[in-house]
Amino acid sequence: MAKTNRTILICSGKGGVGKTTLTANLGIALANTGASTAVLDADFGLRNLDLLLGLENRIIYTAQDVLDKNCRLDQALVRHKQEPNLALLPAGDPRMLDWMKPEDMKTISNLLSEKFEYVLIDCPAGVEDGFKNALAASKEAIVVTNPELSAVRDADRVVGILNTCDINPIQLVVNRVRPTMMANQEMLSIEDVTSILSLPLLGIVLEDEKVIISTNRGEPLTLSSKKSPASKCYLNISQRLIGEDVPVIDPNKTNKSFKDKFIKLMQTKIF
Amino acid sequence: MTLRDLINKLLGRETASANTARERLQLVLAHDRVDMSSLSTDLLDKMRKEILDVVAKYVEIDFDEVAVSLETENRMTALVANLPIKRTLSGEIQLKKNEKKNK
Repeated sequence: MAKTNRTILICSGKGGVGKTTLTANLGIALANTGASTAVLDADFGLRNLDLLLGLENRIIYTAQDVLDKNCRLDQALVRHKQEPNLALLPAGDPRMLDWMKPEDMKTISNLLSEKFEYVLIDCPAGVEDGFKNALAASKEAIVVTNPELSAVRDADRVVGILNTCDINPIQLVVNRVRPTMMANQEMLSIEDVTSILSLPLLGIVLEDEKVIISTNRGEPLTLSSKKSPASKCYLNISQRLIGEDVPVIDPNKTNKSFKDKFIKLMQTKIF
Repeated sequence: MTLRDLINKLLGRETASANTARERLQLVLAHDRVDMSSLSTDLLDKMRKEILDVVAKYVEIDFDEVAVSLETENRMTALVANLPIKRTLSGEIQLKKNEKKNK
Protein backbone atom coordinates (compact mmCIF):
# COMPACT_ATOMS: atom_id res chain seq x y z
CA MET A 1 0.00 0.00 0.00
CA ALA A 2 1.28 3.42 -0.91
CA LYS A 3 2.57 5.62 1.93
CA THR A 4 2.05 9.04 0.46
CA ASN A 5 -1.14 9.48 -1.45
CA ARG A 6 -1.35 12.68 -3.41
CA THR A 7 -3.52 13.50 -6.40
CA ILE A 8 -2.29 16.70 -7.98
CA LEU A 9 -4.00 18.66 -10.75
CA ILE A 10 -1.69 20.50 -13.14
CA CYS A 11 -3.68 23.31 -14.73
CA SER A 12 -3.28 26.76 -16.25
CA GLY A 13 -6.38 28.08 -17.95
CA LYS A 14 -4.51 29.24 -21.03
CA GLY A 15 -3.14 26.65 -23.43
CA GLY A 16 0.51 26.33 -24.38
CA VAL A 17 2.03 27.56 -21.13
CA GLY A 18 3.70 24.24 -20.33
CA LYS A 19 1.26 22.06 -18.37
CA THR A 20 2.04 18.88 -20.24
CA THR A 21 5.80 19.49 -20.25
CA LEU A 22 5.69 20.09 -16.50
CA THR A 23 3.60 16.95 -15.95
CA ALA A 24 6.02 14.80 -17.94
CA ASN A 25 9.16 16.18 -16.29
CA LEU A 26 7.72 16.20 -12.80
CA GLY A 27 6.47 12.64 -13.33
CA ILE A 28 9.95 11.43 -14.25
CA ALA A 29 11.57 13.42 -11.42
CA LEU A 30 9.19 12.04 -8.78
CA ALA A 31 9.52 8.50 -10.08
CA ASN A 32 13.27 8.96 -9.96
CA THR A 33 13.13 9.50 -6.20
CA GLY A 34 11.69 6.00 -5.94
CA ALA A 35 8.07 7.06 -5.51
CA SER A 36 5.54 5.19 -7.59
CA THR A 37 4.02 7.80 -9.87
CA ALA A 38 1.19 7.84 -12.38
CA VAL A 39 0.50 10.56 -14.92
CA LEU A 40 -3.04 10.80 -16.19
CA ASP A 41 -3.77 12.59 -19.44
CA ALA A 42 -7.09 14.32 -18.78
CA ASP A 43 -6.88 16.28 -22.02
CA PHE A 44 -9.14 14.03 -24.10
CA GLY A 45 -9.63 16.58 -26.85
CA LEU A 46 -5.97 17.27 -27.54
CA ARG A 47 -3.87 14.63 -25.88
CA ASN A 48 -0.11 15.04 -25.95
CA LEU A 49 1.34 13.63 -22.77
CA ASP A 50 2.08 10.31 -24.50
CA LEU A 51 4.20 12.16 -27.09
CA LEU A 52 6.26 14.08 -24.55
CA LEU A 53 7.03 10.87 -22.69
CA GLY A 54 7.83 9.02 -25.93
CA LEU A 55 5.16 6.42 -25.20
CA GLU A 56 2.81 7.08 -28.13
CA ASN A 57 3.56 3.78 -29.84
CA ARG A 58 2.94 1.64 -26.81
CA ILE A 59 -0.66 2.59 -26.09
CA ILE A 60 -3.06 -0.32 -26.31
CA TYR A 61 -5.92 0.61 -24.01
CA THR A 62 -6.98 4.03 -22.68
CA ALA A 63 -8.83 5.52 -19.74
CA GLN A 64 -12.01 4.94 -21.72
CA ASP A 65 -11.44 1.18 -21.83
CA VAL A 66 -10.88 1.16 -18.08
CA LEU A 67 -14.18 2.96 -17.52
CA ASP A 68 -16.02 0.68 -19.96
CA LYS A 69 -14.43 -2.31 -18.18
CA ASN A 70 -12.91 -3.49 -21.46
CA CYS A 71 -9.68 -4.00 -19.59
CA ARG A 72 -8.12 -3.86 -16.14
CA LEU A 73 -6.32 -0.73 -15.00
CA ASP A 74 -2.89 -2.35 -15.15
CA GLN A 75 -3.51 -3.38 -18.76
CA ALA A 76 -4.13 0.23 -19.74
CA LEU A 77 -1.15 1.64 -17.83
CA VAL A 78 1.93 2.21 -19.95
CA ARG A 79 5.14 1.77 -17.95
CA HIS A 80 8.05 4.00 -18.87
CA LYS A 81 10.99 1.89 -20.03
CA GLN A 82 13.83 3.92 -18.54
CA GLU A 83 11.90 4.94 -15.43
CA PRO A 84 9.80 1.93 -14.38
CA ASN A 85 8.34 3.78 -11.37
CA LEU A 86 6.40 5.94 -13.82
CA ALA A 87 3.22 4.88 -15.58
CA LEU A 88 0.98 6.74 -18.01
CA LEU A 89 -2.76 6.31 -18.23
CA PRO A 90 -3.53 7.57 -21.75
CA ALA A 91 -6.53 9.72 -22.60
CA GLY A 92 -9.40 8.15 -24.51
CA ASP A 93 -10.69 9.55 -27.77
CA PRO A 94 -12.26 13.03 -28.01
CA ARG A 95 -15.80 11.62 -28.14
CA MET A 96 -15.44 10.82 -24.45
CA LEU A 97 -15.97 14.52 -23.80
CA ASP A 98 -19.63 14.11 -24.74
CA TRP A 99 -20.56 11.73 -21.96
CA MET A 100 -17.77 12.00 -19.43
CA LYS A 101 -18.86 13.19 -15.99
CA PRO A 102 -16.87 14.35 -12.94
CA GLU A 103 -17.74 11.00 -11.29
CA ASP A 104 -16.03 9.08 -14.11
CA MET A 105 -12.87 11.06 -13.58
CA LYS A 106 -13.11 10.42 -9.84
CA THR A 107 -13.42 6.69 -10.48
CA ILE A 108 -10.24 6.71 -12.55
CA SER A 109 -8.23 8.80 -10.11
CA ASN A 110 -9.37 6.67 -7.16
CA LEU A 111 -8.21 3.55 -8.97
CA LEU A 112 -4.86 5.20 -9.59
CA SER A 113 -4.38 6.51 -6.07
CA GLU A 114 -4.84 3.01 -4.67
CA LYS A 115 -1.72 1.94 -6.52
CA PHE A 116 0.45 5.04 -6.75
CA GLU A 117 1.94 7.48 -4.28
CA TYR A 118 1.72 10.38 -6.71
CA VAL A 119 -0.97 10.88 -9.32
CA LEU A 120 -0.41 13.86 -11.62
CA ILE A 121 -3.40 14.92 -13.69
CA ASP A 122 -2.57 16.81 -16.87
CA CYS A 123 -5.54 19.13 -17.20
CA PRO A 124 -6.95 20.42 -20.51
CA ALA A 125 -6.78 24.16 -21.22
CA GLY A 126 -9.88 26.24 -20.64
CA VAL A 127 -12.35 26.36 -17.77
CA GLU A 128 -15.07 24.20 -19.34
CA ASP A 129 -16.23 20.62 -18.70
CA GLY A 130 -12.86 18.98 -19.35
CA PHE A 131 -11.30 21.14 -16.68
CA LYS A 132 -14.16 20.62 -14.25
CA ASN A 133 -13.97 16.83 -14.65
CA ALA A 134 -10.26 16.83 -13.94
CA LEU A 135 -10.82 19.17 -11.01
CA ALA A 136 -13.35 16.84 -9.39
CA ALA A 137 -10.76 14.10 -9.28
CA SER A 138 -8.02 16.18 -7.61
CA LYS A 139 -7.11 17.07 -4.07
CA GLU A 140 -4.38 19.62 -4.65
CA ALA A 141 -3.30 21.73 -7.59
CA ILE A 142 -0.33 23.28 -9.32
CA VAL A 143 -1.20 26.32 -11.42
CA VAL A 144 1.25 26.89 -14.28
CA THR A 145 1.58 30.31 -15.85
CA ASN A 146 3.98 32.37 -17.94
CA PRO A 147 5.08 35.86 -16.96
CA GLU A 148 2.79 37.46 -19.51
CA LEU A 149 -0.58 39.18 -19.38
CA SER A 150 -2.88 36.64 -21.00
CA ALA A 151 -1.46 33.65 -19.13
CA VAL A 152 -1.68 35.37 -15.74
CA ARG A 153 -5.19 36.57 -16.42
CA ASP A 154 -6.38 33.07 -17.32
CA ALA A 155 -4.56 31.60 -14.34
CA ASP A 156 -6.47 34.03 -12.11
CA ARG A 157 -9.73 32.67 -13.49
CA VAL A 158 -8.65 29.14 -12.71
CA VAL A 159 -7.55 30.08 -9.19
CA GLY A 160 -10.96 31.65 -8.62
CA ILE A 161 -12.62 28.33 -9.47
CA LEU A 162 -10.13 26.21 -7.51
CA ASN A 163 -10.75 28.35 -4.43
CA THR A 164 -14.42 27.39 -4.41
CA CYS A 165 -13.69 23.66 -4.78
CA ASP A 166 -11.91 22.55 -1.65
CA ILE A 167 -8.57 22.10 -3.39
CA ASN A 168 -5.62 22.52 -1.05
CA PRO A 169 -2.82 23.47 -1.37
CA ILE A 170 -2.85 25.46 -4.60
CA GLN A 171 0.72 26.25 -5.61
CA LEU A 172 2.21 28.30 -8.43
CA VAL A 173 4.83 27.48 -11.07
CA VAL A 174 6.04 30.34 -13.26
CA ASN A 175 7.22 28.81 -16.53
CA ARG A 176 9.40 30.19 -19.35
CA VAL A 177 11.20 32.72 -17.18
CA ARG A 178 13.73 34.93 -18.98
CA PRO A 179 15.99 36.46 -16.30
CA THR A 180 17.53 39.10 -18.55
CA MET A 181 14.19 40.41 -19.75
CA MET A 182 12.97 40.48 -16.17
CA ALA A 183 16.06 42.35 -15.05
CA ASN A 184 15.45 44.83 -17.86
CA GLN A 185 11.88 45.20 -16.61
CA GLU A 186 10.55 44.15 -19.96
CA MET A 187 8.77 41.16 -18.45
CA LEU A 188 6.55 40.75 -15.38
CA SER A 189 8.74 39.69 -12.46
CA ILE A 190 8.21 36.56 -10.37
CA GLU A 191 7.13 38.81 -7.48
CA ASP A 192 4.59 40.53 -9.74
CA VAL A 193 3.03 37.22 -10.72
CA THR A 194 2.98 35.69 -7.22
CA SER A 195 1.54 38.82 -5.62
CA ILE A 196 -1.12 39.31 -8.30
CA LEU A 197 -2.29 35.70 -8.06
CA SER A 198 -1.57 35.56 -4.31
CA LEU A 199 -0.42 31.95 -4.43
CA PRO A 200 2.59 30.34 -2.76
CA LEU A 201 5.42 29.85 -5.27
CA LEU A 202 6.33 26.21 -5.78
CA GLY A 203 8.99 26.99 -8.35
CA ILE A 204 10.07 28.62 -11.58
CA VAL A 205 11.24 27.15 -14.88
CA LEU A 206 13.82 29.01 -16.94
CA GLU A 207 13.28 29.42 -20.67
CA ASP A 208 15.39 26.70 -22.27
CA GLU A 209 15.76 25.61 -25.91
CA LYS A 210 16.49 22.11 -24.70
CA VAL A 211 12.78 21.74 -23.90
CA ILE A 212 12.00 21.73 -27.63
CA ILE A 213 14.80 19.28 -28.37
CA SER A 214 13.60 16.93 -25.65
CA THR A 215 10.06 17.08 -27.02
CA ASN A 216 11.37 16.20 -30.47
CA ARG A 217 12.99 13.11 -29.03
CA GLY A 218 10.20 12.17 -26.63
CA GLU A 219 12.63 12.13 -23.71
CA PRO A 220 11.75 14.48 -20.85
CA LEU A 221 14.67 16.68 -19.79
CA THR A 222 14.69 15.31 -16.26
CA LEU A 223 15.56 11.97 -17.84
CA SER A 224 17.95 12.84 -20.64
CA SER A 225 19.80 16.05 -19.72
CA LYS A 226 19.60 16.62 -16.03
CA LYS A 227 22.04 19.53 -16.11
CA SER A 228 20.17 21.80 -18.49
CA PRO A 229 18.72 24.97 -16.89
CA ALA A 230 15.07 23.93 -17.24
CA SER A 231 15.80 20.43 -16.00
CA LYS A 232 17.40 21.80 -12.83
CA CYS A 233 14.24 23.81 -12.29
CA TYR A 234 11.99 20.77 -12.73
CA LEU A 235 14.10 18.81 -10.26
CA ASN A 236 13.91 21.72 -7.81
CA ILE A 237 10.13 21.75 -8.15
CA SER A 238 9.88 18.01 -7.53
CA GLN A 239 12.03 18.32 -4.40
CA ARG A 240 9.87 21.13 -3.07
CA LEU A 241 6.73 19.18 -3.94
CA ILE A 242 7.75 16.17 -1.87
CA GLY A 243 8.49 18.50 1.03
CA GLU A 244 12.26 18.93 0.94
CA ASP A 245 13.40 22.21 2.41
CA VAL A 246 15.13 23.73 -0.64
CA PRO A 247 14.73 27.32 -1.86
CA VAL A 248 13.17 28.22 -5.21
CA ILE A 249 15.82 28.61 -7.92
CA ASP A 250 16.86 32.26 -8.15
CA PRO A 251 16.64 33.37 -11.79
CA ASN A 252 19.19 36.13 -11.21
CA LYS A 253 21.89 33.75 -10.04
CA THR A 254 22.55 32.81 -13.64
CA ASN A 255 23.49 36.43 -14.34
CA LYS A 256 27.15 37.00 -13.67
CA SER A 257 28.52 39.00 -16.60
CA PHE A 258 29.40 42.69 -16.46
CA LYS A 259 26.34 43.52 -18.52
CA ASP A 260 24.10 41.81 -16.01
CA LYS A 261 25.71 43.69 -13.14
CA PHE A 262 25.07 46.91 -15.00
CA ILE A 263 21.44 45.94 -15.52
CA LYS A 264 21.16 45.26 -11.81
CA LEU A 265 22.59 48.71 -11.02
CA MET A 266 19.95 50.26 -13.25
CA GLN A 267 17.25 48.58 -11.18
CA THR A 268 18.37 50.36 -8.01
CA LYS A 269 15.49 52.25 -6.52
CA ILE A 270 16.40 55.92 -6.19
CA PHE A 271 13.12 57.27 -4.86
CA MET B 1 11.31 54.92 -9.48
CA THR B 2 14.46 53.11 -10.51
CA LEU B 3 17.66 54.52 -11.99
CA ARG B 4 16.55 53.13 -15.34
CA ASP B 5 13.21 54.93 -15.16
CA LEU B 6 14.96 58.22 -14.38
CA ILE B 7 17.34 57.92 -17.32
CA ASN B 8 14.46 56.96 -19.60
CA LYS B 9 12.53 59.98 -18.45
CA LEU B 10 15.47 62.32 -18.98
CA LEU B 11 15.95 60.94 -22.48
CA GLY B 12 12.23 61.12 -23.20
CA ARG B 13 12.01 57.34 -23.78
CA GLU B 14 9.08 55.09 -22.98
CA THR B 15 9.11 53.42 -19.55
CA ALA B 16 9.83 49.70 -19.28
CA SER B 17 6.95 47.55 -20.49
CA ALA B 18 6.71 45.44 -17.33
CA ASN B 19 5.22 48.44 -15.52
CA THR B 20 2.60 48.84 -18.22
CA ALA B 21 1.90 45.11 -18.08
CA ARG B 22 1.45 45.17 -14.33
CA GLU B 23 -0.94 48.11 -14.43
CA ARG B 24 -3.03 46.69 -17.27
CA LEU B 25 -3.19 43.32 -15.58
CA GLN B 26 -4.32 44.73 -12.26
CA LEU B 27 -7.05 46.70 -13.98
CA VAL B 28 -8.36 43.79 -16.03
CA LEU B 29 -8.28 41.42 -13.05
CA ALA B 30 -10.25 43.85 -10.92
CA HIS B 31 -13.01 43.53 -13.49
CA ASP B 32 -12.63 39.77 -14.03
CA ARG B 33 -12.78 38.96 -10.36
CA VAL B 34 -16.10 40.71 -9.94
CA ASP B 35 -17.49 39.52 -13.26
CA MET B 36 -17.14 35.93 -12.17
CA SER B 37 -20.74 34.83 -12.45
CA SER B 38 -20.33 32.29 -9.68
CA LEU B 39 -19.90 35.09 -7.14
CA SER B 40 -22.49 37.50 -8.45
CA THR B 41 -25.36 35.01 -8.25
CA ASP B 42 -25.33 31.77 -6.27
CA LEU B 43 -22.48 32.54 -3.94
CA LEU B 44 -23.66 36.04 -3.16
CA ASP B 45 -27.12 34.70 -2.35
CA LYS B 46 -25.72 32.07 -0.03
CA MET B 47 -23.48 34.63 1.64
CA ARG B 48 -26.41 37.03 2.08
CA LYS B 49 -28.44 34.36 3.85
CA GLU B 50 -25.61 33.39 6.17
CA ILE B 51 -24.85 37.00 7.07
CA LEU B 52 -28.52 37.64 7.84
CA ASP B 53 -28.71 34.52 10.00
CA VAL B 54 -25.78 35.71 12.10
CA VAL B 55 -27.04 39.27 12.46
CA ALA B 56 -30.58 38.12 13.24
CA LYS B 57 -29.23 36.30 16.28
CA TYR B 58 -28.48 39.63 17.94
CA VAL B 59 -30.84 42.20 16.44
CA GLU B 60 -34.19 42.21 14.72
CA ILE B 61 -33.71 43.19 11.07
CA ASP B 62 -36.21 44.68 8.69
CA PHE B 63 -35.98 41.91 6.10
CA ASP B 64 -37.89 43.86 3.44
CA GLU B 65 -35.30 46.62 3.37
CA VAL B 66 -32.17 44.46 3.36
CA ALA B 67 -29.72 45.13 0.51
CA VAL B 68 -26.47 43.22 -0.04
CA SER B 69 -24.38 43.98 -3.11
CA LEU B 70 -20.90 44.15 -4.53
CA GLU B 71 -19.60 47.58 -5.43
CA THR B 72 -16.42 48.32 -7.33
CA GLU B 73 -14.65 51.61 -7.11
CA ASN B 74 -11.02 52.54 -7.78
CA ARG B 75 -10.02 48.92 -8.46
CA MET B 76 -11.34 47.87 -5.04
CA THR B 77 -14.39 45.67 -4.71
CA ALA B 78 -16.42 45.93 -1.54
CA LEU B 79 -19.30 43.93 -0.16
CA VAL B 80 -21.89 46.48 0.88
CA ALA B 81 -24.68 45.36 3.19
CA ASN B 82 -27.48 47.60 4.34
CA LEU B 83 -29.38 45.91 7.17
CA PRO B 84 -31.94 48.22 8.82
CA ILE B 85 -32.36 47.30 12.49
CA LYS B 86 -35.87 47.35 13.97
CA ARG B 87 -34.77 46.84 17.54
CA THR B 88 -32.10 45.08 19.52
CA LEU B 89 -32.90 41.83 21.21
CA SER B 90 -32.23 42.21 24.91
CA GLY B 91 -28.92 40.75 25.96
CA GLU B 92 -30.46 39.15 29.03
CA ILE B 93 -33.01 37.18 27.04
CA GLN B 94 -30.23 35.81 24.84
CA LEU B 95 -28.14 34.81 27.85
CA LYS B 96 -31.05 33.05 29.54
CA LYS B 97 -31.79 31.11 26.36
CA ASN B 98 -28.20 29.99 26.17
CA GLU B 99 -28.18 28.91 29.80
CA LYS B 100 -31.25 26.77 29.25
CA LYS B 101 -29.62 25.16 26.24
CA ASN B 102 -26.48 24.39 28.20
CA LYS B 103 -28.49 22.63 30.88
